Amino acid sequence: MRQKVLEVNSVTMQFGGLIAVNDLTLFADQKEIVALIGPNGAGKTTAFNMITGVYKPTSGHIALNKLNITGMRPDRITRLGMARTFQNIRLFKSLPVLDNVVIAQHLRIKSNWLGSTLRLPRYNKENRLMYEHAEHLLEHMGLKDVIHETASSLPYGMQRKLEIARAIATQPVMLLLDEPAAGMNPAESMELTQLIQSVRDEFDLTILLIEHHMDVVMDISDRIYVLDYGNLIAVGTPAEIQANDVVIKAYLGVAEDEA
Amino acid sequence: MMSERTNTRESISKHPPSVKKNVNLYSVVLSALLLIVLYFVLMKIEGSANALVPRIARLCAINIVLALAMNLINGFTGIFSLGQAGFMAVGAYTTALLTIEPARKLSMYIVTPIVKPLETLTLPFGLTLIIGGLIAAGLAFLIGVPCLRLRGDYLAIATLGFSEIIRVFIMNAQSLTNGAQGLKSIPPNATILWTYGVALAVIAFMALFTTSSYGRALKAVREDEIAAESMGVSLFKHKMMSFMISAFLAGVGGGLLAAYNGTIGQDMFRVMQTYNVLMIVVMGGMGSISGSVIAAFVVTIGQEMLRVLDGPINLGFWKTSGIAGMRMVVFSALLLVVIVFFRNGLFGTKELTWSGIVRNIEKLAGRGKRGEVA
Ligand SMILES: Nc1ncnc2c1ncn2[C@@H]1O[C@H](COP(=O)(O)OP(=O)(O)O)[C@@H](O)[C@H]1O
Ligand SMILES: [Mg+2]
Repeated sequence: MRQKVLEVNSVTMQFGGLIAVNDLTLFADQKEIVALIGPNGAGKTTAFNMITGVYKPTSGHIALNKLNITGMRPDRITRLGMARTFQNIRLFKSLPVLDNVVIAQHLRIKSNWLGSTLRLPRYNKENRLMYEHAEHLLEHMGLKDVIHETASSLPYGMQRKLEIARAIATQPVMLLLDEPAAGMNPAESMELTQLIQSVRDEFDLTILLIEHHMDVVMDISDRIYVLDYGNLIAVGTPAEIQANDVVIKAYLGVAEDEA
Repeated sequence: MMSERTNTRESISKHPPSVKKNVNLYSVVLSALLLIVLYFVLMKIEGSANALVPRIARLCAINIVLALAMNLINGFTGIFSLGQAGFMAVGAYTTALLTIEPARKLSMYIVTPIVKPLETLTLPFGLTLIIGGLIAAGLAFLIGVPCLRLRGDYLAIATLGFSEIIRVFIMNAQSLTNGAQGLKSIPPNATILWTYGVALAVIAFMALFTTSSYGRALKAVREDEIAAESMGVSLFKHKMMSFMISAFLAGVGGGLLAAYNGTIGQDMFRVMQTYNVLMIVVMGGMGSISGSVIAAFVVTIGQEMLRVLDGPINLGFWKTSGIAGMRMVVFSALLLVVIVFFRNGLFGTKELTWSGIVRNIEKLAGRGKRGEVA
């Protein structure tokens, strides 16, 4: 038996009269790539927001490596090994690409503010390691040539990759990607598929992925959860989901119409 | 004209020097040279025949401290705080109460006598600046606990309210602050060396702090709170840190101002005082240390030079025997022009660096040579 890294247990999120996520239960095993799919407004991002602490679930429990993280503040959850990207990119826009990734390592700093300001040897060492790690990560993500550019000046596809690099810099065990291929062309999303698999292997990550590009999802997912109007309507391997009538009706059929 | 504009812009470095492993030797040498030049310029100013000149020069330095204090919280952290005058008042009264000679205190407190230990207590000027700063920081902590959870405009209003509460407290704490009578005979410790010494120390602190890992985290909070928190930055802890350091520096600046003025009263610390500093910060650029420093000079000297506007004016077609506050009207209009043309102030979040200036000079020289050949 592999260890369950993420366990979401009967989680519900209610906004006033709207139930955005209803009684959702899911898990992810170590090094698994699990996809969460469903039409727009199905509640996928809301599920991410509950898992990462942005929203406190109305009811239910969430555990990371068996530790109950329900209702914890986002920064504490990140410290425990959860990292994420955002559907509507949220980079530190006016800062250099390199600094975006360096900032994500601040959570592990041992020096205090005064020691850092005085540039004590311990801080200098920590700071140097942060920059080295950031450069290594950006190289891995194919962003080596743009490290001194301002984050907002990057093309869309690169900004998405930078979000992934920044998330990985927090040294997570669990990575949540919210539509990482959104706005990418087929070639770019193919490349992204490989990149996601390579970071999973390189950094020993468990990945939960929201994605609309079905080729990406079917290609890299070990298992798929399908949400519709906040309800879980199917779970299974890519092959099982593709053959599932309910899913085809609720989602895949619509996607084909759109295409 | 156009190319000149581009070149000035280029001398402003795009990236603050944060990674540079070995600080460039020429930066150190040039900075040392600048300090030496500054020293002689200040000595020259101090010996000036016109007594107003050294006074304005000192006010410039104090305004640098005050502007950087406010820039840390408003510019670097993106928190719209308007509590500055309150923190300044705390520093000003601390320095005043701890430096005025006991005999003078006795004669000043007419309505009620001064509280016990302060009656005879006097401390060295530098120490009183630090104590004033620490009390301001402590107060910032107490205010920050409820207020820093608020967002945007609410926080601005809450801090503004706090600043007024301090002022009202000063007005009524007769036996501590001498109430509405204010305090006189504050020893003139704010010499050119003290003011510029403190200003340089604060500039150095800000340059090092804002480029440290903690400073980067504050910028992340400014850029996007949700993203910063999701990257493990504790919002409350970092906002509180910035708020307290800012209050400390404002307290120190207030202490300098008290010694500079010689007299203080609650009236000095109205909201207008906060706006005055805000004007410098906005003009220089929120999030730029060099911007605040340069704008402190521009605004302080500018306001002094525009003083003529308050006096009688005769433009031929329009005459006035003097309108008090006219210079502030003109000055505000000038600020408006700056904001309209440079939406992010003179510097934005950029900094003036030696490498940027040198690159710029090299460009100019290179272009000159090519011009000769052609
Ligand atoms: N903060 C919020 N307040 C109110 N309603 C929300 C909030 N966040 C999401 N919703 C609603 O919850 C539903 C699910 O949204 P979301 O999780 O973003 O969907 P998805 O990511 O699957 O497209 C939508 O109807 C959306 O309008
Ligand atoms: Mg979504």
